[in-house]
Amino acid sequence: MHIIFTLLTFILYIAHPVFAETPEEKGLAIAIENENRDNGFQDFTADMKMILKNRQGEESTREIRNKTLEVEGDGDKSISIFDRPRDVKGTTLLNFTHRTGPDDQWLYLPALKRVKRISSANKSGSFMGSEFAYEDVTSQEVEKYTYKWIRDEDYKGEKCFVYERYPVNKKSGYTRQVVWMDQKEFKVLKIEFFDRKNSPLKTLTQTNFNKYLGKYWYPKNMFMENHQTGKSTMLIWTNYKFRNGLSARNFNKNSLKRAR
Amino acid sequence: MLKLYRIRWTSVFILSLGFLLPTKILAHEISGFAQGELRLFPNEALFQGQNDQSASFALQPEYYHEFKSGSSFTFVPFYRIDSGDKERTHFDIRELTYLYLHDDFELRVGVRKVFWGATEVLHLVDVINQIDLVENIDTEDRLGQPMVNLSVSRDWGTLDLLWMPFFRERTFQGTGGRLRGATLIKEDRTEYESAAEEWHSDWAFRYSHTFGDLDLGISQFMGTNREPTLLKSTDSNGDAIFIPRYEQIKQSSIDATYVVGDWLWKFESLYRTGQGNDDFFAWTGGFEYTFVGAFDSDMDLGVIGEWMFDTREQEATNAFENDIVGGLRLAVNDAASTEALFGWVQDLDTSARFLFLEASRRFGDNWLLTAELRAFVDQPADDFFFDQRDDEIMQIQLAYYF
Repeated sequence: MHIIFTLLTFILYIAHPVFAETPEEKGLAIAIENENRDNGFQDFTADMKMILKNRQGEESTREIRNKTLEVEGDGDKSISIFDRPRDVKGTTLLNFTHRTGPDDQWLYLPALKRVKRISSANKSGSFMGSEFAYEDVTSQEVEKYTYKWIRDEDYKGEKCFVYERYPVNKKSGYTRQVVWMDQKEFKVLKIEFFDRKNSPLKTLTQTNFNKYLGKYWYPKNMFMENHQTGKSTMLIWTNYKFRNGLSARNFNKNSLKRAR
Repeated sequence: MLKLYRIRWTSVFILSLGFLLPTKILAHEISGFAQGELRLFPNEALFQGQNDQSASFALQPEYYHEFKSGSSFTFVPFYRIDSGDKERTHFDIRELTYLYLHDDFELRVGVRKVFWGATEVLHLVDVINQIDLVENIDTEDRLGQPMVNLSVSRDWGTLDLLWMPFFRERTFQGTGGRLRGATLIKEDRTEYESAAEEWHSDWAFRYSHTFGDLDLGISQFMGTNREPTLLKSTDSNGDAIFIPRYEQIKQSSIDATYVVGDWLWKFESLYRTGQGNDDFFAWTGGFEYTFVGAFDSDMDLGVIGEWMFDTREQEATNAFENDIVGGLRLAVNDAASTEALFGWVQDLDTSARFLFLEASRRFGDNWLLTAELRAFVDQPADDFFFDQRDDEIMQIQLAYYF
């Protein structure tokens, strides 16, 4: 009897890699598994190049360096340092993501030597004039959405979960996002964003994934296309460095003033 | 003896350089900007010698050097040459600092700028750096302040100790300059309360911390007042002049920002003794609310409201003894980072008002165009800005950043 039960459990486990009854539970289970796989990186630094393209195809470029610290039991802390365009060089943004409630954000303006607390309740606004909103670029905590698994399908030759997520924050710019995530490594390959009127707004495509520290998959290219305006933004991430020994003291208002 | 003294200092200097140089250099960069500027004053000048327009050029390179330890060296000289006002042609060292980064503290030695404050229009408690008034009357341009600054950051907050061995005099407009009073302020006749004059040691302490949604700063300053008292006098020709006199003051201040959803609440207050005969309080505070995605677009529209009060009232030494300001801040969020800030400052006791509009836009990757309009409206004869009542200004700056 015991053996039969174990065998039955085993068969069920094989049949359903993610154990879940309802589509909502399955969606949540995927998100939790994704976060668990992402845990333990401690900290990383990386360089980001942002290429903005308007409807006419004219390009402008921004360069930002990023430092991120994993915080146990809460969202990540990060510092973004702007290098280009030159007139904003030295401007830095300090962000404390929280699992629930608004993030804490401070902006350092080098010309005035001023650290300014900024309101981050509404994160639907554009990040640096790009097609990415603040809510797209800050740490994606499980608690920021509710979930619903839709189907499994092959996307670009990889077996994917397709699930929807619904922002908890009422001030989000989206009603829902549809996520394509590969079932083997839990890489987010594509996200379709739907605006407040539930019309297709943007599509994010992530490519050129690399594996770091033997287990963390990060994309090199993140391409966001706005279907309503015809504008697009490409983020190119290079120079990832993990476990630099950063601590909370590298992520406060004092360190913000000398980050460069 | 004097020669020996000099040699000793020179060797100390060379030794310190020697100490700095062998360290592995991580960054070694030069940046900065060069800027051309045009100023137009649509109303005819009230005082003799003043110009109705001026052209100007400014250069501010920045040299930065970071050592492997995280310690760094920064040098930022500034120079402006101006066609309208000889006093506006000036040089300053904005920054010349060595930052020593230790696990337990940060030590900064040299010339620097430090900002204290929370509000948008009046920078009330921001006392460390002298105002470079000839640059702009918005008081946001400051002269570099020589100092030693020890900063300790812990879980309970950040503590800053500043020792300032040398005082910088405020810059004032000359004969040709607009935005000045009828009577010229003569910097070569400057007086000090302290016998040590500009070599008086000034001290400041500051505690700052973030308590959840509240950012708080409590500061104490003891030393030479950055704001001079103007004494009436005459020059050798018998013409009326003002002599700036810098007194010894003590100033206690608080500044705070509180975030509630889309609202930012801001407050600054100070208590100052030693300036004139009466001690006084002054405060300013208000809110900023941002509409994200205003007008059904990507634009952000911020609404600003602030009140400014000084217990000296009509005796106050700034224009904002009892005034309110309403402002709008627009961020277009386009690739060119187009921005604009409009403000209306209204005196609550008289009809006097002061309007300003600042706007900027980037062209290409390196050019930034900035336009400013300032207008003085209905200043009564006893108003702080009465002499500037016809100094409406249109200013355009085009800067190349490298």
